[in-house]
Amino acid sequence: MSTFSTLIVGGLATGAIYAVVAIGFALLWQASQTINFAQGEFVMLPAFFALIAMGMGAPYWLAALVTIGMSVVILGAMFKQMLVDPMIKHGVLPMAIATMALAIFMKESVKDLYSAEAYPFPSLVPDRNLAILGANISLQHIGIIVTAIGAIIGLTLLLERTSIGRQMQATAQNPTVARLLGIPVERMILLTFVINAVLVSIASLLVTPIYLAKFSSGETLGLAAFIAAIIGGFNQLRGAIIGGFLLGVVDNLAAAYISTQYRSAVPLFILIAVILFRPHGIAGRKEERTV
Amino acid sequence: MIALLRSRPAACALAIGVACILLFLPLTLSRFGNYMLAMWAVMTIAAMGLNLTLGYAGQVSLAQGAFVGIGAYATAIMTVNGWPLYAPLLLTVALCFAIGWLLGYPALRVQHHYLAFVTLSFATLAYLVFRNEEWLTKGTYGIFGIPRPTLFGVSLKHHLNFYYFSLAWLVICAGLMLWLVNSPWGRAFTALRENPARAQSLGVDTRRYTLMAFAIGSTMGGVAGVLYAPLVEFIDPNPFGLPLSFSLLLMVIVGGSGYFLGPALGALIAVLLPEWLRDYTQGYYLIAYALLVMVLLIYSPSGILGWVERRTADARTRRASLARQAAVPTYDAGSAS
Repeated sequence: MSTFSTLIVGGLATGAIYAVVAIGFALLWQASQTINFAQGEFVMLPAFFALIAMGMGAPYWLAALVTIGMSVVILGAMFKQMLVDPMIKHGVLPMAIATMALAIFMKESVKDLYSAEAYPFPSLVPDRNLAILGANISLQHIGIIVTAIGAIIGLTLLLERTSIGRQMQATAQNPTVARLLGIPVERMILLTFVINAVLVSIASLLVTPIYLAKFSSGETLGLAAFIAAIIGGFNQLRGAIIGGFLLGVVDNLAAAYISTQYRSAVPLFILIAVILFRPHGIAGRKEERTV
Repeated sequence: MIALLRSRPAACALAIGVACILLFLPLTLSRFGNYMLAMWAVMTIAAMGLNLTLGYAGQVSLAQGAFVGIGAYATAIMTVNGWPLYAPLLLTVALCFAIGWLLGYPALRVQHHYLAFVTLSFATLAYLVFRNEEWLTKGTYGIFGIPRPTLFGVSLKHHLNFYYFSLAWLVICAGLMLWLVNSPWGRAFTALRENPARAQSLGVDTRRYTLMAFAIGSTMGGVAGVLYAPLVEFIDPNPFGLPLSFSLLLMVIVGGSGYFLGPALGALIAVLLPEWLRDYTQGYYLIAYALLVMVLLIYSPSGILGWVERRTADARTRRASLARQAAVPTYDAGSAS
């Protein structure tokens, strides 16, 4: 029983990170029909910003701020202006390929210009175990869950309660009508990219202490977040959140109880089942089908 | 033949030029150069299959790499155990056709990006099977010493000979493909891509053609795998993961999706360009390669051939309007008199 609850908490922690990354993924899709295959690399890169900042002697909090700032500029604004804007009118597929190329570009740049080694990364909360009701719960996991949920709540409040958030939602739902209503659609889309950049840098600060900072660490994470977004239904933020947590927990339990070799197969089976029987995802709303 | 030469001299000259390059350039290249050219031919076959599924029939597939893997593993396992190459070839064709057909079923239900996700999961599952079923595939340890076949008494051990062997297969596959896309079937595939609802209303059995597009495209991937195994002579699961499927998709899109020659150009970029860049940029060749692909896609999202077509169409329009302008005064003069 105690191992079970440890597994659940561990799964929720991984799931929280998946959820944060998947939300960013879903936001980009909603705002600009961008399938970002480089999302995993978007999580990998900010850790290196932080490492560079800390290498220059910045304390953790300052490094974290610098990381978020650099991510906003590079992964938010530059990504949108230089890659998405020129390609957005040409359909989903060329854009998706371009983000695949971007993923290679980012990985190789980090490998060649920084280093191919894996670097340890300081954690926000100390890595200590707490005994709660006889179960061994890692404090770091709790810290991850709390921070991620905090970020998710903050984002939800922004989207639901503020004027800007409502304008963003309107833009995502129907850009033409939004423009008629006087909403600066372009700025709202840019804002979505900026929010995605903030989300991935938070995810990066949370996940890197566990998996180390390495140029290739985005591959599995990107795929997991991608699958989480689809399982949940990636036209709804709710979906991405549910999908993220579900995937994290299922992944952890499958590794413990089914087989470590095929642990990564379990999410894929869920994915295939969801797509075949509920293509718009567990919580997603139906999109108009072309046929 | 002569008529074709008269009607489209530029195209014929280009074709003869390309044929000469493909036949005689390898003689001047190093062993590694020939190896890479053979790899280009093999990857072109796989990308051509994907071009049928995606470019002609409009069904997104991220699983082509898995079919290359299936073909390669079938070949490796069987030839190492003493079977001649045609045995795994037949098996692969049957197997990939059947699996491709089954993979087409989700396409009947879901479209576009959802379809991409289903095929992506299939590709990942196939990779897991290659890696984990050690009794069959030897897992991450890999299969060594895949023999190269002997054809009409000529051993294909030498990279140059194997290149010609791969090139012959490329020509055969391209011929079949050319016949297919120009047959009524090919037209039905295009109809499926352009407007499935209309195709159905015209009596095209969209269901069967969707499955067919997947099955045939996947089979070509498998055939590429059959050539891949003896070319590389050693296989492990790594080359057949998602990156290969992505890379094949990249070849199709960058070359020009839906153009017959698109995959060959795309493979040129995805297979040979990185190797060529390696000579100039030391360690940074993959960075340069990724950057070039992005710039190319920003510049022309419909791929290289899409750009070429736009240019020739523009030139034709310009010529036509020049001709029209030139024609107007004579018309005026004629009406005035």
